Amino acid sequence: MSEGTPVRGRGQPDAVEPGVASAATAGAGAPASAPPMVKAEQLHKYFGATHVLKGIDLEVKRREVMCVVGPSGSGKSTLLRCINHLEKIDAGRLSVDGELVGYRERSGKLYELREREVAHQRRDIGMVFQRFNLFPHMTAMENVMEAPCRVKKEPKNAVRERAQALLDRVGLGDRGGAYPSQLSGGQQQRVAIARALAMQPKLMLFDEPTSALDPELVGEVLDVMRRLALDGMTMVVVTHEMGFAREVGDSLVFMDDGVVVEAGDPKEVLLRPQHERTKTFLSKVL
Amino acid sequence: MSDTLTKGPETRPAPIKAVPVRHPGRWAAVVVIAVLVAMAINSIVTNPNWQWEFQLQNAFSEPVLHGVWTTLWLTVAAMAMGVLLGIVLAVMRLSPNPVLAGSAWFYIWIFRGTPVLVQLVIWANLGSLYRQISLGVPFGPAWFTIDTRNLIPNAVAALLGLGLNEAAYMSEIIRAGILSVDEGQSEAASALGFSRMQTLRRVVLPQAMRVVVPPTGNETISMLKTTSLVSAVPYAELFFQTSSIGSRTFQVFPTLVMASLWYLAMTSVLMIGQYYIERYYARGSVRVLPPTPLQRLRMRLTGKELR
Repeated sequence: MSEGTPVRGRGQPDAVEPGVASAATAGAGAPASAPPMVKAEQLHKYFGATHVLKGIDLEVKRREVMCVVGPSGSGKSTLLRCINHLEKIDAGRLSVDGELVGYRERSGKLYELREREVAHQRRDIGMVFQRFNLFPHMTAMENVMEAPCRVKKEPKNAVRERAQALLDRVGLGDRGGAYPSQLSGGQQQRVAIARALAMQPKLMLFDEPTSALDPELVGEVLDVMRRLALDGMTMVVVTHEMGFAREVGDSLVFMDDGVVVEAGDPKEVLLRPQHERTKTFLSKVL
Repeated sequence: MSDTLTKGPETRPAPIKAVPVRHPGRWAAVVVIAVLVAMAINSIVTNPNWQWEFQLQNAFSEPVLHGVWTTLWLTVAAMAMGVLLGIVLAVMRLSPNPVLAGSAWFYIWIFRGTPVLVQLVIWANLGSLYRQISLGVPFGPAWFTIDTRNLIPNAVAALLGLGLNEAAYMSEIIRAGILSVDEGQSEAASALGFSRMQTLRRVVLPQAMRVVVPPTGNETISMLKTTSLVSAVPYAELFFQTSSIGSRTFQVFPTLVMASLWYLAMTSVLMIGQYYIERYYARGSVRVLPPTPLQRLRMRLTGKELR
């Protein structure tokens, strides 16, 4: 299909499942007039001649956890990278918390943002990468402290306290002095999550956060993410972990070949996929 | 498999008894080298033309020490200039701005493409191209004017010649270092809200250093010796001083040996410095830093592990 199906995050809490309820009902706290956290309208992206995103429409509500699944090369990661302007979109509109990403609109005209302004927008959006991308020349503690100290120029002592609390939260309170090379993959990814959280973002993006991990270590990272979701963080998670999508996700988006094929409640989509493409994909991964 | 898992006192199996491989080639090499070394020592001790006493008298004379000092500060200053300007050029060359990238390319083309000796002499003789340098409106009045003979004394010509040339080489070394840092690093920094400059200074350059330091050590040692070309400016560094002693006393060969020994001593010191700098930038990329030679010596003497 050429047009993406408009995606609606879960509007009404579907309160039968107690485990998911707290994340699902969380949306009620935000004022009704508040804009959605992420809103994409007819998003297009090309890499040279390759059409990677072919008109994506999508909306992520406050405190919603949206999981994006699909075969590799379907444009999931590109979509995620567009949201914090690591990639520039070629057509369409994309806004985070009511603010256009990478542009300013004044009297109907779009102005490209300066590098400094783009950097400023990114402060509020945390991102976790498949290959962690921790700074190898800094200890875990320094990794977490770096951005608040350098970017937000916060006083070091306050940041250190917060960084310690974050490392405690991801279960690595005693490994603050370790360099990334001295940590396991799962530990590194948890430090990376703490590093993103140190900027106190309003939105967290996860780009296949467990794909580079040994199967044994996947669980510890998903645990941290699950607790983050319970605390009400708005999250967009590109993942192959269907179990996580089903348990923690408020909505699920299935992408293929640059379009959103199907979207909706994760349990619905995973149990009763409507489209042939979704069915074949799920039959292979489940 | 099950043996290693069972607990209890570990008994070491008896080692294999076998005749070790013999190395007759090594013994032959030892003999040949021993003969050559003996010949060299014989020459050094018995041939009076080495003039050891003369060398010892002059090696620490005032002009030679002054030359050593000049060589050292020229090396340090030219390398500092090369590294700083090299960073700027490397960043320019990697800039998305085509004007900056093109200018850096042009600079490297000129300064790497001409011999450093020629550049040194050109700087020294710049006064013959422009008698005066004035700042003012083109074709209009000049605000102030400087005589070039006063502007570029020989020390400055020497420094400019070496430093600007070095910058062209250093910029390529630094560019290689920057390119060696994984793209994910700058992406992670951008995602945290770092500006391009912050990313470069805090994330990319510190990691590039690991790649940059060994060839920079190489360049520094090379620079120490290249300073001898400055004698053509002319500027009185070590080689200038020793060869003038040589031509004054007709002891050309001994003074050449004396200069070589001085250069060798200085490069040895630089190599030690390079070892410690490399060790510093290895932080985080190796799990445990290897002990330094000093620590190893202390461990051997005290028989204790250092912590």
